[in-house]
Amino acid sequence: MNKLELQKTANEVRKGIVTAVYNAKAGHPGGSLSAADIFTYLYFEEMNIDPKDPKKADRDRFVLSKGHTAPGLYSALANRGYFPVEDLKTLRHLGSYLQGHPCMQETPGVDMSSGSLGQGISAAVGMALAAKLDNKDYRTYTLLGDGEIQEGQVWEAAMFAGHRKLDNLVVIVDNNGLQIDGKIDDVCSPYPIDKKFEAFNFHVINIDGNDFDQIDAAFKEAKATKGMPTAIICKTVKGKGVSYMENNAGWHGKAPNDDEYATAMADLEKIDAELGGAN
Amino acid sequence: MADVKKIATRESYGNALAECGADFPNLVVLDADLAGATKTGVFKKAFPDRHIDCGIAECNMTGIAAGLATCGKVPFISSFAMFAAGRNFEQVRNSIGYPHLNVKIGATHAGITVGEDGATHQCNEDVALMRTIPGMTVIVPSDDVEAKAAVRAAIEMEGPVYLRFGRAAVPVINDTPDYKFEIGKGVLLKEGTDVTIVASGITVSSALDAAEMLAADGISAEVINIHTIKPLDEELVLASAKKTGKVVTAEEHSVIGGLGSAVCDCLSEKLPTPVLKIGMQDRFGESGPAAALVEKYGLDGKGIYEKVKAFVK
Repeated sequence: MNKLELQKTANEVRKGIVTAVYNAKAGHPGGSLSAADIFTYLYFEEMNIDPKDPKKADRDRFVLSKGHTAPGLYSALANRGYFPVEDLKTLRHLGSYLQGHPCMQETPGVDMSSGSLGQGISAAVGMALAAKLDNKDYRTYTLLGDGEIQEGQVWEAAMFAGHRKLDNLVVIVDNNGLQIDGKIDDVCSPYPIDKKFEAFNFHVINIDGNDFDQIDAAFKEAKATKGMPTAIICKTVKGKGVSYMENNAGWHGKAPNDDEYATAMADLEKIDAELGGAN
Repeated sequence: MADVKKIATRESYGNALAECGADFPNLVVLDADLAGATKTGVFKKAFPDRHIDCGIAECNMTGIAAGLATCGKVPFISSFAMFAAGRNFEQVRNSIGYPHLNVKIGATHAGITVGEDGATHQCNEDVALMRTIPGMTVIVPSDDVEAKAAVRAAIEMEGPVYLRFGRAAVPVINDTPDYKFEIGKGVLLKEGTDVTIVASGITVSSALDAAEMLAADGISAEVINIHTIKPLDEELVLASAKKTGKVVTAEEHSVIGGLGSAVCDCLSEKLPTPVLKIGMQDRFGESGPAAALVEKYGLDGKGIYEKVKAFVK
């Protein structure tokens, strides 16, 4: 996909996020929207996957360590063809296969159940290790929140990945700067994030995580990096694309009401127009 | 009884893994800097590429095992019960239990027979914790023969299994030609008519000793070895309770949430029967030689004998 196609697709993913959370009357739009460009790049450009064969043996793997942003993952999967986009409206409903947090047994395309913060990265490390043990060349990607990296287990996993030189692993940090209780540097600062991963023997790349040129360059650099895992620290805007949600911690875990939903969709349609029409 | 062979079930664990290594190429063993103590060092020596030391980071080890399992490996994670089940509870629940991944948890140094290290390392709560996780199989082998059989059976079944092993050497009681291990099937070791003693782990041999002493007093005790606490062999427990009308449970574990509770869960719903639970009575352990602790907390033959005798009077 070229940049414009990725941008248009990301906007569709954002519409899916807002629609899913609106229909669920609950969920986490802020961190789903900040990472929408990353989800889009992974599922439409980077990863070797097949929506028709979600469990294909040597596919690339993705673990959503920041599992509360499941709407972002689900919307990317739906738009990629794993299941109908229409089903996003069943998010969090009783009996839906779209659980509040990712469940690998329920949802096609979900490689690991996650949501308890700090645990997903360890599972991703296990997948990368499995590829090494079996001399397979599939790659593993995991997305963490910047608040999530306050969990100690993240650094246990980072230490192991660095020690084992897992160059088939990419750890992505969505650095949108906000967590439930406020700014991450007010709550309990994880900064400097890049220096920390460097200290754990990662190759570290800092980018604007809402800029596809930089995302593309970073993932190419990660693929070319041998002998150590890569961490891509993505500076992003929480709530990106929805005017009133942007950089607002209050939209970490709240659903829009009818009026707010209409405004959100109007905001996203405006972006479509700026991009020269929807996909 | 001086000639009875004694082996710690943690030794059996390590040996069984090494024996299974060739038969199961997907078997991998993870440790958290305790390969010497958990005895997985034997496996490491035989299959160095399939032994993964994760350092002192049990929670990460658990997640790594989950990731390995999604890629078709059969990982065993090894640590002391305190960490494998205690520190790790939420990782085991969410990263292994919820996705029902094929990870086996080899927990050594369970219970008070850890001995001198004392209460911080004597886990008497692990069976209670693991039993509550949906889909988790919980096995507490009583000796070397059973521990080895349990490891192989755990590999052969699909799904998460918690295996509980001890630090101290225990008598080998199952080295009989007709011994057969089946997950979820209890073993009727001795028939009796006055009282049923249901035991698991180290208390199985104690229960057999107690039964001998009780026989000398004219009390006929039935002894059942429940090596699989979940799923519990309800049929065997109910049949025995129906016959004797009195049930005693004996375990090297808290009387809250372990074998005793599992038996009571069954009996209270299906055949209300008086039950006496022998085990750690809602308290922590302490430092001391394993045998002295077993005696002090009444988990040896004499301790069980005295409590059963008072119970059936």
